[in-house]
Amino acid sequence: MDTETMAAETRAKRPIRWHVGVFLAPAVLVYTAFMILPLFGTLQLSLFRNIEQSQVFVGLGNFRTLFGDPNWSVNFWNALRNNVWFFIIHMLVQNPIGILLAALLSSPRLRFTAFYRTAIFVPTILSFVIVGFAWKLILSPIWGVAPHLMDFVGLKSFFTPWLGKEQYALTALSLVSVWQFVGIPMMLIYAALLSIPDEVIEAAECDGVTGMAQFWKIKLPLILPSIGIISILTFVGNFNAFDLIYTAQGALAGPNYSTDILGTFLYRAFFGFQLQVGDPNMGAAIATIMFLIILAGVCVYLFLVQTRLRRYQF
Amino acid sequence: MSTATRSLPRTIGAHAILITYTMIALFPVVLVVMNSFKSRAGIFGAPLTPPTPKTFDLIGYTTVFGQGDFVHYFQNSLVVTVLSLFFVLLFGAMAAFALSEYRFRGNTLMGLYLALGIMIPIRLGTVAILQLMVATGLVNTLAALILVYTAQGLPLAIFILSEFMKQVSDDLKNAGRIDGLSEYTIFFRLVLPLVRPAMATVAVFTMIPIWNDLWFPLILAPSEETKTVTLGAQLFLGQFVTNWNAILAALSLAILPVLILYVIFSRQLIRGITSGAVK
Repeated sequence: MDTETMAAETRAKRPIRWHVGVFLAPAVLVYTAFMILPLFGTLQLSLFRNIEQSQVFVGLGNFRTLFGDPNWSVNFWNALRNNVWFFIIHMLVQNPIGILLAALLSSPRLRFTAFYRTAIFVPTILSFVIVGFAWKLILSPIWGVAPHLMDFVGLKSFFTPWLGKEQYALTALSLVSVWQFVGIPMMLIYAALLSIPDEVIEAAECDGVTGMAQFWKIKLPLILPSIGIISILTFVGNFNAFDLIYTAQGALAGPNYSTDILGTFLYRAFFGFQLQVGDPNMGAAIATIMFLIILAGVCVYLFLVQTRLRRYQF
Repeated sequence: MSTATRSLPRTIGAHAILITYTMIALFPVVLVVMNSFKSRAGIFGAPLTPPTPKTFDLIGYTTVFGQGDFVHYFQNSLVVTVLSLFFVLLFGAMAAFALSEYRFRGNTLMGLYLALGIMIPIRLGTVAILQLMVATGLVNTLAALILVYTAQGLPLAIFILSEFMKQVSDDLKNAGRIDGLSEYTIFFRLVLPLVRPAMATVAVFTMIPIWNDLWFPLILAPSEETKTVTLGAQLFLGQFVTNWNAILAALSLAILPVLILYVIFSRQLIRGITSGAVK
């Protein structure tokens, strides 16, 4: 007897199957109460403003302030620009390195791959607090580890305190974040490469397509869906980032806001800093913008990228 | 496999790149742990050499244990992580079972609703979450963190577990039904033991971000009694900016437990990722 007729029979005998509700209820309740409702609550709060101790509906007024009032807009556009740069660095550095490492790891009969995999994934499991501080120490001119190492390869003259200079700090922190998360694209691409059927590779070899050509012409098109997934994961992670900047540069995202991204901007707007008082409504407005950016990215992925890439899947 | 793909220079090249990157990945960790066992003069004089009898010093560790209440923070982190994990696994498995086992109206819709949280980060709801916690008097309690982390972990857990539960044999469950077992017994006695490997994978995925999170402890539970080890380490490091021995010792103490757990569970974690659970 298959499940369908079974289920149909049960339904006939007992019109209400309480156990389905019992199984679903705890998860749905907790998820709705602490995730979905707060998310919509935040979207709603962004439409109100606190005037004389009461919440007044102001429509899109907070967004007008955010985009137009120089007190907010300068910081907002700065944070958005920095966030885009943060994302570009990840896409250009993290994902290609991840793909390269995965391609090397998946080469047949290579030894010690388990060791390499485990070791390269170590930074990913460490907390931002550790990563942020450890790199702050390494790049610090006081300790001198970085200039010392650069001296080995004769590049000592290129050393500057990167985290302290406005023009370099954001790029340096993006690269630290790349260092931390390169394990994720590596693992996902590695899994995709392993799942390519042997027949495909053998057929390619019969046709004389080997080595680099085989990677570019056969394997890369087949792992495009996974590259799509790591791209969207990177996008969501980057536009939601906060911890690394906060631990390395503090809530003010110094020097002179040069490492400020949307997450740190949201934190300052919501909680206030130094003399400015926190403003939950403006915080909610920034969170709403972040939500819309992430939603747009996810939609582009789901409707444009994924539907086109599915053709290549087995 | 033909010999064309496996020439010696190619293999050496592959090892060279992988070894280089492995060194880049491990260097900061090794550097921090190594220097935490040195005296101040040793840290600055020769940062790249392992501690020698001359430079060996535990002053950093004695400072850390004398100052911060790390044992207490550690307990808080442990309570929050273990309980959140328990609820994510229990509630997640129950919901996954309902979605994969029963056909009911709105099944697909419910699945999509629960999957929404995989892509949309819970952090964006923080403003309203804080208001909710203030209204219910849960601010500065570990319960607030546990509830939020449970909600955060559920979407991915349900998604992965329902994939695995679909593979559990129907014959087995139907045999149980014919023997008069209730649906609850079938779930707890028959299905749960069979999906244990998947539960372990979900556990690792859920645990790491909870243990490492800084945002919610900072916002929902920053008081001295409820500080987690990540937040405690962050504040401690902020206070001791100039005491390098203490900083390096605190960082090493924060790294080691996670590293030990990772070495124990890495096989499980990597198998989980490469089995295509995240697709």
